[in-house]
Amino acid sequence: MSSLVLLLALVACDRGYSDPSRELAPAAPAGEPQAITIRKPPAVGVWKAPLSDDPDRDPDLPESATCGTCHGPEPELEIVVEPGEPFHTNIEVEHGTLTCDHCHDKDRTLLREANGTKHDFSEVAQLCAQCHGPTAKAYENGAHGGMNGYWDLSQGPRTKNNCVDCHPAHAPDFGQVMPVHPPRDRHMGNH
Amino acid sequence: MDDTSRRTAMKLGGATLGAAAFARSIAPLTEWVPTLSSEEFLQKHYKELSREEMETVLRRVEAMTLEEYGAEVTVQDIRPMDGVQFGYALNLSTCVGCRKCAEACHNENNHDRSTNQSYIRVLEMTKGSVSLDLSSVEYDHAVPAEDKYYMPVQCHQCDNAPCVTACPIEATWKEADGIVVVDYDWCIGCRYCEAACPYHARRFNFTKPEIPAEEINPDQAYLSNRIRPVGVVEKCTFCLHRTRVGRLPACLEACPAGSRVFGNLLDPKSEIRWIIENTRVFVLKEDVGTQPRFFYFFDS
Repeated sequence: MSSLVLLLALVACDRGYSDPSRELAPAAPAGEPQAITIRKPPAVGVWKAPLSDDPDRDPDLPESATCGTCHGPEPELEIVVEPGEPFHTNIEVEHGTLTCDHCHDKDRTLLREANGTKHDFSEVAQLCAQCHGPTAKAYENGAHGGMNGYWDLSQGPRTKNNCVDCHPAHAPDFGQVMPVHPPRDRHMGNH
Repeated sequence: MDDTSRRTAMKLGGATLGAAAFARSIAPLTEWVPTLSSEEFLQKHYKELSREEMETVLRRVEAMTLEEYGAEVTVQDIRPMDGVQFGYALNLSTCVGCRKCAEACHNENNHDRSTNQSYIRVLEMTKGSVSLDLSSVEYDHAVPAEDKYYMPVQCHQCDNAPCVTACPIEATWKEADGIVVVDYDWCIGCRYCEAACPYHARRFNFTKPEIPAEEINPDQAYLSNRIRPVGVVEKCTFCLHRTRVGRLPACLEACPAGSRVFGNLLDPKSEIRWIIENTRVFVLKEDVGTQPRFFYFFDS
């Protein structure tokens, strides 16, 4: 009977490390925490012409321009756009009921909040946050937005996305994608 | 010849004969299991290896990978960090079901190519329902589909892990940082753990994994993504070869929706702690009492 108890005790006992020094990694020297870099779009909005790589395209037309090039108080280029001409054809706005002036300053060189606060384009997250409060709060606390690099900043840096990395500002819906890497388990009989 | 040297000679002779007899006695076994060398057969349990013995094992695994797969790899024995308890959270409101996580796992962890093996299954669920039996993993249409949501499932690194209890030979156990690991050289392939897991998180290597040399991830650890032998059970280790040196898991970095959050549960300033303290969180099959380290949450 006593041997049975001993046997049960042995079975119930977790196997320990023969060399206890192998159980945990040696403590790393505590360094200064490294930075979290948030990716940012350029400070100035850039418009890229549709079909700019088309060889038949009029070479006098610019391939890209800052918004202020045409819309600013002192346009650098004089571009005549006939009424009705499909100029901004690559800007499709599908963002609720919003129109240009909800987010852009009058001269289009800056972003503008509803209360008049202006931001460079690189600070787009500030603008989005005025309507998307709960998401902005989750983003600030790392629960939304994705990241790369190190969870442990004492060992390496981290990079975070900004809003427009994943959500194009004019049509922010994530949209649909085709899934990759379908399972091919044996019971499915397809491999 | 005095008594002492006679005794020594007898001991020596006996030991030699004994060793030869033992080698002969296990020879049929190595022939019966052609993939098993006698060094592997005689190898101790992971926890019983000294540092020197561990080094020998690591170099042997590297040499075998070069011989059998033609790939030069580095296999390390990476131990848990003190003061770290890993936790993982996944946002069901933002996951789109694209399976990029499953693909990243496949590549990172040197899975068998022909079976598309991965430690992650993504379940397509019907909104308003949590019935796993009505879910699908074989969906092949644009996602997210109307009226569906997506729930990726992988090892939950349970604190009360039924797979660990089920193992008859302690080939799987929970480590100090919470990760449940398998000694792939100790596992006998009985698959009790696979049956015990309520999350279907363990996989069995029915055949020898096949991976082209150029696709093998050379950054490997003994307990995680080294190429597993045929006939053993394998599982997600939260990419311990990455996370135990401070990096984020491969599935997290691959997620285009930013739905995955990983970190140290003991750090009150970590993202994972904020999620547990501030969002609506649940664990899968809470009623079975497994106490998972993997949390699902929703946007508020």
